[in-house]
Amino acid sequence: MTTADELRVRVAELLAAHPPADTPRGDFLRARFDAGLAWVHYPEGLGGLGAPRSLQVLVDSELEAAGAPDNDPRRIGIGLGMAAPTILAYGTEEQKRRFLRPLWVGEEVWCQLFSEPGAGSDLAALGTRAVLDEAAGEWVVDGQKVWTSSAHTARWAILIARTDPDLPKHQGITYFLCDMHAPGVEVRPLRQITGEAEFNEVFLTGVRIPDGHRLGAVGQGWAVARTTLMNERVSIGGMRIPREGGMIAPVAATWRERPDLRTHDLHQRLLELWVEAEVARLTGERLRQQLVAGQPGPEGSGMKLTFARLNQEISALEVELLGEEGLLYEDWTMRRPEIVDFTGRDAGYRYLRAKGNSIEGGTSEILLNIVAERVLGLPAEPRDDKELAWKDLAR
Amino acid sequence: MTSPRAPFDLLYSETEEELRSAVRSLLADRCAPASILARVETDQPHDPRTWQTLAAGIGAAGLLVPEKLGGQGASHREAAVVLEELGRAVAPVPYLTAGVLAAEILLGCDPSSAEVSDLLRQVASGGRLCVPAVPLTLAPGAPLPTGVRDVGAGTLTGSVTSVADAAAADVLLVLADTGLYAVPASEVTLTPLVPLDLTRPLARVTLDGAAGTRLADAATARAAVAGALLTGAGLLASEQLGLAEWCLTETVAHVRGRHQFNRPIGSFQALKHRLARLWLDVASARAAARAAADALATGAPDAPLTVAVAQAYCSGVAVRAAEECVQLHGGIGMTWEHPAHLYLKRAKADSLALGTAGHHRGLVAEFAELPAPGTRPGTAVAGPTP
Ligand SMILES: Cc1cc2nc3c(=O)[nH]c(=O)nc-3n(C[C@H](O)[C@H](O)[C@H](O)COP(=O)(O)OP(=O)(O)OC[C@H]3O[C@@H](n4cnc5c(N)ncnc54)[C@H](O)[C@@H]3O)c2cc1C
Repeated sequence: MTTADELRVRVAELLAAHPPADTPRGDFLRARFDAGLAWVHYPEGLGGLGAPRSLQVLVDSELEAAGAPDNDPRRIGIGLGMAAPTILAYGTEEQKRRFLRPLWVGEEVWCQLFSEPGAGSDLAALGTRAVLDEAAGEWVVDGQKVWTSSAHTARWAILIARTDPDLPKHQGITYFLCDMHAPGVEVRPLRQITGEAEFNEVFLTGVRIPDGHRLGAVGQGWAVARTTLMNERVSIGGMRIPREGGMIAPVAATWRERPDLRTHDLHQRLLELWVEAEVARLTGERLRQQLVAGQPGPEGSGMKLTFARLNQEISALEVELLGEEGLLYEDWTMRRPEIVDFTGRDAGYRYLRAKGNSIEGGTSEILLNIVAERVLGLPAEPRDDKELAWKDLAR
Repeated sequence: MTSPRAPFDLLYSETEEELRSAVRSLLADRCAPASILARVETDQPHDPRTWQTLAAGIGAAGLLVPEKLGGQGASHREAAVVLEELGRAVAPVPYLTAGVLAAEILLGCDPSSAEVSDLLRQVASGGRLCVPAVPLTLAPGAPLPTGVRDVGAGTLTGSVTSVADAAAADVLLVLADTGLYAVPASEVTLTPLVPLDLTRPLARVTLDGAAGTRLADAATARAAVAGALLTGAGLLASEQLGLAEWCLTETVAHVRGRHQFNRPIGSFQALKHRLARLWLDVASARAAARAAADALATGAPDAPLTVAVAQAYCSGVAVRAAEECVQLHGGIGMTWEHPAHLYLKRAKADSLALGTAGHHRGLVAEFAELPAPGTRPGTAVAGPTP
């Protein structure tokens, strides 16, 4: 197994062969991938070295210190956090070799075609159809997806579609890798609460997907999707947050710089949230230490819930703190941003965008169910949708 | 603002886990809820036999005392683990007062003086039980009490209220205007009070010409007490954590087994969500309490802030856990036989002990430089500087 010292040597070799100062960004990233330093826990030849995941922090910090470019993980979050681990777990050798490198380097952005107008929390109820054209060895996909982040910048999509409506809803689903440039894929911006369109509606009309772009067996798509969803929720980890990192930073800064805005009521609420933000930081740090020590705790399932609530409460306080300025909004222009930018925008934007934190990637209600059932072992609610054929479900 | 130290360790070591299981199995044998209930209504709520085993057998009394002074030379991290287990059992033993506060006060005096080191040795061996004669509500950063005077040659008069565990003490550590005194219990008058928390008895201590041995001068005494209060507050978070964990675990077990409407009540989403949130809070309280214990153990410069954060957070979590425990047990939770009330009473009393959450938020304001309206940084609250 690769040790920390071996990784340091490899990092030094990479930096010597490709000095960041005079290597084009893309070339450096491709070389880093080929050196196995992209995600060290991935197999050799696929950007990794089969090393412990915990050592990634070391590689990242050494490369950062050397001024190496990063692959702009925020821009390619869905690919890195969801598509890649799913392709790694379920992909054929050919699929892994085709997709992982451009994904990691950021040459190909990914999006997630899961949610539909009729299937959000109850994702397994989805109705987008995929029918096999046996002669052509291709699937023909028809349906509508919605709230698709980055569909307007994505080159590829992970897609789930129904391949057998006569089976119960979890059984007739198949998982595909969909070319966003294929004929029949239409992306329409969906303007959101902040005024801009970070997500989209995606209409799929007679879209042809070669059978070679199917991930996992026909009808096994739900199991594959669960891998994606699990990775979506556990995307927190590795990063060390400094004290007052995150949403509390701008509020605390405003508080210090603007004595004129202070009131006793706001002071009490600020202190309460400051303490909670610090405790959340420590909880994340404890989780990270557990992962490094090889004893992952269940706290990970809770971090998204905590951050959603905190982001919302803190940004709400920030708008209030600003008094008259809180009545203003920077810019309602309809734009199509590439990333969610919490720090570069004003308090009103933060307040509005944070509302999505308890909806995207699984609502807080659904996550509380998961904690209650999987962590605390509480019984599931009685349900009657598991045996019924999908076509007979109420909708 | 003081920057956080690195590296710091929020996990439990193997030694800590061994200590935990020793304490836990002792408490399982000796401190079952039924026996605590039976005891708290007698005139001796303390359990001296369990204390002896914990103090001398397991060595808890001297955990914080260096080996050369007869102790275990362990750190605040180990003491925190003991408190987690004591909180989990609402054990009626004077560890927080004797094992933590008194030991820290004595260590804050000059341990090279014969009086101090003699007393420390006896305390560490569990041979004598020594508790500080200060109100349980006394908080780090708050003004120290001035109710006791030395009227000549170590003869003390005055009184202190709400002193925890005084009834069990052999020796009281008394803070007087001229310094710190060790006063034998036989020299003082104790008036037992009826405490909200039945497992941590309170008394008024009256000194009427009591003879004490002076252990430190006024300045040293005040610094020693202030330091001990900081440590006590930081470690109390671990007691609150253990308590909250018991409440959560018991409640989850109860709602899984209890049926209403032809279903386990734990399958109702309204309850599942409340318990899932409580679980999250307890997981967060663990990080906060561990951070405080680690900061105290390593003498980190940001220890006062980390302690204030832990107290501002963990007090509320413990109270809420105990309140949810009572509520979700329904009628059973309101009975005297069910131990839930012992936990609620301890949790509520703990939320006043060594400073309320509000007091500690005031300290956070100072240390994190988030001043109240009309103040400048550093002047929000009188208290120890970071
Ligand atoms: C900013 C943003 C970006 C997104 N990006 C993507 C993306 O890139 N790709 C993608 O596929 N999807 C994306 N989504 C969709 C997201 O995953 C869904 O919105 C989410 O899963 C909720 O589904 P829904 O909107 O259909 O709400 P519904 O499922 O209709 O839920 C409505 C309300 O009912 C509650 N509810 C539902 N079921 C239960 C239950 N069993 N118990 C208790 N309460 C329940 C929910 O918690 C919610 O409060 C995005 C959403 C947002 C807001």
